[in-house]
Amino acid sequence: MKVFVKRDSGFQEFEVPRHPSQTVLDVVTYIQRELDPALAYRYACRVGMCGSCAMTVNGVPRWTCRTHVDKVVREDALEIAPLKNLPVIRDLVTDMREFFDKWARARGQFAGERTKRDDFHKVKPSSSDRVQVDSNIECIGCGVCYAACDVVAWNPDYLGPAALNRAWTLVKDERDSLKAERLRAVAGDAGCHSCHTHMSCTERCPKHLSPTAGIAGLKRETAKALLKGEL
Amino acid sequence: MNIQTALWIAQRASAAVLAICVTVHLATIVYAVQGGLSAGEILERTRGNAGWLAFYTVFVLAVTVHAPIGLRSICIEWLGWRGRSRDVALALFAALLAWMGMRAAIGVFA
Repeated sequence: MKVFVKRDSGFQEFEVPRHPSQTVLDVVTYIQRELDPALAYRYACRVGMCGSCAMTVNGVPRWTCRTHVDKVVREDALEIAPLKNLPVIRDLVTDMREFFDKWARARGQFAGERTKRDDFHKVKPSSSDRVQVDSNIECIGCGVCYAACDVVAWNPDYLGPAALNRAWTLVKDERDSLKAERLRAVAGDAGCHSCHTHMSCTERCPKHLSPTAGIAGLKRETAKALLKGEL
Repeated sequence: MNIQTALWIAQRASAAVLAICVTVHLATIVYAVQGGLSAGEILERTRGNAGWLAFYTVFVLAVTVHAPIGLRSICIEWLGWRGRSRDVALALFAALLAWMGMRAAIGVFA
């Protein structure tokens, strides 16, 4: 198959043999090991846990380690590029700093109140708040949603689906003590109110999570806080 | 108070009002056209009718609230236009909508 890989100088064509159950990450690894050792790309776990191998495959952001070539190949060709909406360091490697800095700006850090002397805080799995974030907490931080988001492309300040999803999981975490501050961090033009509910993040999330639902939840929670005079 | 959250609530609330107003407005148009009412006959029904004036006043005010807030996002995303100049322009646009809308509503009432 023909593989067009985005390099700093433009797309470069490679010929890569097909194999059963071959993933897009296998293809990139083959190119680096057999055809061009200078190709830069990033991966770690290879099993869909670490969130480091996301790239744009035939125009769509995907986790490459769990994307089978069979599912995405078109006319025996693949086009592989770095994730959109992020600065490129080299070839297929993007700079994720801004992406994760936005998690911090969305107050994505857990702030508990108990110390090691206290007993464990037991969260009932069936409690309403916990059920609402059951899937959202499974985010692996791969950046696919961020690359798929139109609002991030239009408004560079926008925190993005992953950071807002993280904030949502903490807003619904009964152990957390920073709710008001977090709602202030995610309200406004850079936060949840800029989401247009296009749902590209939900469409592309490799873990089938719905950041859109989390962002809608943040809109509800911020509205409630405002009406109570807490925002 | 977080102004964007307040704007968001205002836009959602005005959208709910508009959903009803637009439906009534369209139904009225269809009724007037189907029934073959002339302009004179329509004016006969609206002149001095406080109910229609109240309805269209609510409609115009909902538009005045709703449209500039949506335009605000377009200013940010398409033009990168922020700050005071944008807010003043949007306030003027809101005033223009209110003036034109109320002029029409009063026009068929008075």
